[in-house]
Amino acid sequence: MPALGTALIAFLEMAAVEDDLIPLAAYERAADKFSVTFKEIEKIILENGLFPLRYQRQRDLFAGRGQLRLLQSRVAVVGCGGLGGHIFEMLIRLGVGNLLVIDPDFFVESNLNRQLLATTATLGRYKAEVARERGAMVNPVVTVEPLNRSFQSDRGVQLLASCDLVFDALDSITLRLQLADLCAKLDLVLIHGAVGGWSGQVAMVPPASGIMGRIYQRFEPETQDGGIEGAVGNLAPTVNVVAALEVAAGLSHLLGGQHENWSVGCFIDLLVPELVSWS
Amino acid sequence: MRVTIKLFADFRQGRFTVKECEYGGRISTLQVLHELTIPLAEVGVLLCNGRHVDFDTELLEGDVCSIFPKVGGG
Repeated sequence: MPALGTALIAFLEMAAVEDDLIPLAAYERAADKFSVTFKEIEKIILENGLFPLRYQRQRDLFAGRGQLRLLQSRVAVVGCGGLGGHIFEMLIRLGVGNLLVIDPDFFVESNLNRQLLATTATLGRYKAEVARERGAMVNPVVTVEPLNRSFQSDRGVQLLASCDLVFDALDSITLRLQLADLCAKLDLVLIHGAVGGWSGQVAMVPPASGIMGRIYQRFEPETQDGGIEGAVGNLAPTVNVVAALEVAAGLSHLLGGQHENWSVGCFIDLLVPELVSWS
Repeated sequence: MRVTIKLFADFRQGRFTVKECEYGGRISTLQVLHELTIPLAEVGVLLCNGRHVDFDTELLEGDVCSIFPKVGGG
């Protein structure tokens, strides 16, 4: 292996542009020549002071160590509709290496106003499957595992257990509270997000923090399964902003160190506009 | 006793954004919600001085109570 490593590094250095940036075409040639996966190639790039060309514009923010951390992270996106589609898109572009996408639903026409992965071509198809295809198109280094079942299925729980972080992109408060309970049991950090009309909220939910119970106190699943979105609907701009805030919170957790500066949560109102954070 | 009440999003309609309220005696967040005719089922996050509080928390002089509608969409 060391000999292979040395030869591969030399090969990548030869293929570098602008000194030390490795283009995707070099991954393809290296994968052929050395019989290694894109992910193994990217790991070697990041461990040896080189940098993938695709991440050039985030290099100064993450550096090789942060980018490697993202590559080696395993993150779940639970729900692949409005919030989930945008969260997923950001994670694959950021270079989070292993994504679990859970959603038992398929795309319907009323998703088109805000859900990134809903197109006229994907109507009727499983959302998680469409996400896998999108991942391969945007960033072939990322492994996307789709699950067209509930996160509460045996397989769902089993897959979630091996994640480093979970994104709440569900559209039901009942399910959110159940996901928070499951994450607490599995000792996983949950990033909560929810939207309704021009408003939304995001929270970092450490396991056993009880934060979700405080956000949705006195919630009775039998009588009320929603918030204001039932009356005012869901909008693309709100979904985009809340998804972005969820990803920012998630990055803070995944990268740690100097990046770990997210307070507990915030509420946003895009109409005013304003953002109120809480602790 | 004076407390500041802040309302957010749709709760502002027909009410106010920020208001300094004067109360004769002790008052809880639950009483504030009743007085403002905000149905409990519509309330999500409830903060006192930037921290989550229960619906029946007693407010103190100078407290800032923020009331947010419940959101659950995705």
